[in-house]
Amino acid sequence: MLLRLLPGDPANTLLSVGADPQQIEAAREQLGSNLPLGEQFVRFVGSLASFDLGNSFISRAPVADEIVARLTVTLPLTLLAFTLAIVIAVPFGIVSAVKADRWYGAAISTVSQLGIAIPVFWVGILLVTAFAVNIRVFPSGGFPSRGWHAPAEALRALTLPVLTLAIVMSASLLRYVRTATLDVLGSDYLRTARALGSTFTEALVRHGIRNGAVPVISILGIELASAFLGAVVVERVFTLPGLGSMLLLGIQQRDYPNVQGVLFVSTLLVLLVGFTADLAQRLIDPRLRDKAGAAS
Amino acid sequence: MSAADELTPAVVTAARKPRWSPTFTIGLILVGIHVAIALLTLFWTPYDPTSTTGGRLEPPSFIHWAGTDRLGRDFFTQIMIGSRIALIVGAGAVAIGAAIGVTIGLLAAFATRFLDDALAATLDILIAFPTLLLAMLVVAASEGASLWSAILALGIAMSAIVARLTRILAKRVLQNDYITASRTSGTSWPGVVVRHVLPNIWPTLSVNFALQFGIAVIAESSLSYLGLGAPPPNASWGRLLQEAQGTVYTAPIGAIAPGIALVTLVIGINLLADGLRDIGDPTRRISR
Repeated sequence: MLLRLLPGDPANTLLSVGADPQQIEAAREQLGSNLPLGEQFVRFVGSLASFDLGNSFISRAPVADEIVARLTVTLPLTLLAFTLAIVIAVPFGIVSAVKADRWYGAAISTVSQLGIAIPVFWVGILLVTAFAVNIRVFPSGGFPSRGWHAPAEALRALTLPVLTLAIVMSASLLRYVRTATLDVLGSDYLRTARALGSTFTEALVRHGIRNGAVPVISILGIELASAFLGAVVVERVFTLPGLGSMLLLGIQQRDYPNVQGVLFVSTLLVLLVGFTADLAQRLIDPRLRDKAGAAS
Repeated sequence: MSAADELTPAVVTAARKPRWSPTFTIGLILVGIHVAIALLTLFWTPYDPTSTTGGRLEPPSFIHWAGTDRLGRDFFTQIMIGSRIALIVGAGAVAIGAAIGVTIGLLAAFATRFLDDALAATLDILIAFPTLLLAMLVVAASEGASLWSAILALGIAMSAIVARLTRILAKRVLQNDYITASRTSGTSWPGVVVRHVLPNIWPTLSVNFALQFGIAVIAESSLSYLGLGAPPPNASWGRLLQEAQGTVYTAPIGAIAPGIALVTLVIGINLLADGLRDIGDPTRRISR
């Protein structure tokens, strides 16, 4: 618990992975990598604290500026897909658990089973084949060069990528919602509520959702982090100028400041999401609050 | 799930413990087909995978079951070889992930309080990062992409998850009275691990290994799709799909067939994992 509050720690763990080949390859004196490792590290952390991520090897542009520009693609993509996935997964997950003995409950479960076995890029390729090649409704890739100054075009460009990411995310999310709902359905408190006279729906809404939400929220945090990663692949399928393509290009060109910058920002985001998920769980479940209070 | 199931006493459920599970059988068949194809490619393929035996981008026919690629190579042959690569990567990654993960997990379970806390916290942080991202970093850090670097990358990324699971499971086993009894009667700690800990955690671990196998297959295809996987002579499904994406207008079969191969393998593995869980733990059947 304490370690989540120290964002420096995991950032170091990850960034040092990127820093290793940097020493071998890059212009050493320019980077200061001829300095002792400890001193390098101190400098590096120092510049991170002031949000100075250095300049790209290739374009010489400040890494931070590039990241901000690319976040305008990746953030909407991730968040829209995440929202859509929740909208799909939660109702269908609950239905598939409550109506597990009906054909449609089983059907939803089977389809989601299929969904978790499909790699995200293949969903993208299939959607491109269906919607961009056969019925030319949406562009098969790219992003308007004017970005969000052309909102309609930008949204159209993001439709298929968002759909791709949402389909894959909702499949695994649905499995978790289903499991959580099944746990709730088998619980004593739900039976008690029914015995005390509430209808099934009443009992589920009043007691079930709140209880079932606790494990689902912690999964949501992990899902949002992996949505970010899914965006790396999806951006490649649809050639979107997002954070993921920046990371890939950085790796291919051995442009380490760019790679480090992207990793630093995604580490921050992952930690932020994890922290928010923790907070949200506490708001919902008073038992977690008490436990934390007693421990500290 | 019916009300009768909920009220069934655990003893009765245990007595109904299934020796045979339909999900397990279907999974076994699907994976078995892929294993058979993979073994077959070691001796025989319909065409030489590197020679151009047909016209470019031919549609499927009796001569070329899945058509030909943009260089005129038989596509079905390449998909068959893809099975071999997927299985090698999956098995290799699980082997590495298991070796590193189980070792670290056991060490953490036996370690002093401080070391254990430190390891557990590090693992929690590593797990927060998706497998593929960690794998991309390992590939980026190693010089050039190869089949081996992809296996290593996925194995390392996987080991954190395995380590955490092993640690939790092993700690639970170590709390039992029979461990104390065994120690008192003179068994060494390594003896305890071999005789009590490993046999007890194996059922849960093996299910996890199967799931991780499937995740590794998907992750490998994503890596090769991104150009970070095995380089060209290896016909990975991910790379086949990436190449076919450019010619999807003229030859849509290329963008579909490798995906179907991949999905059947992963579903097969997932079903196998579900089946293993059902067989290993009868109480889980109630909640399904």
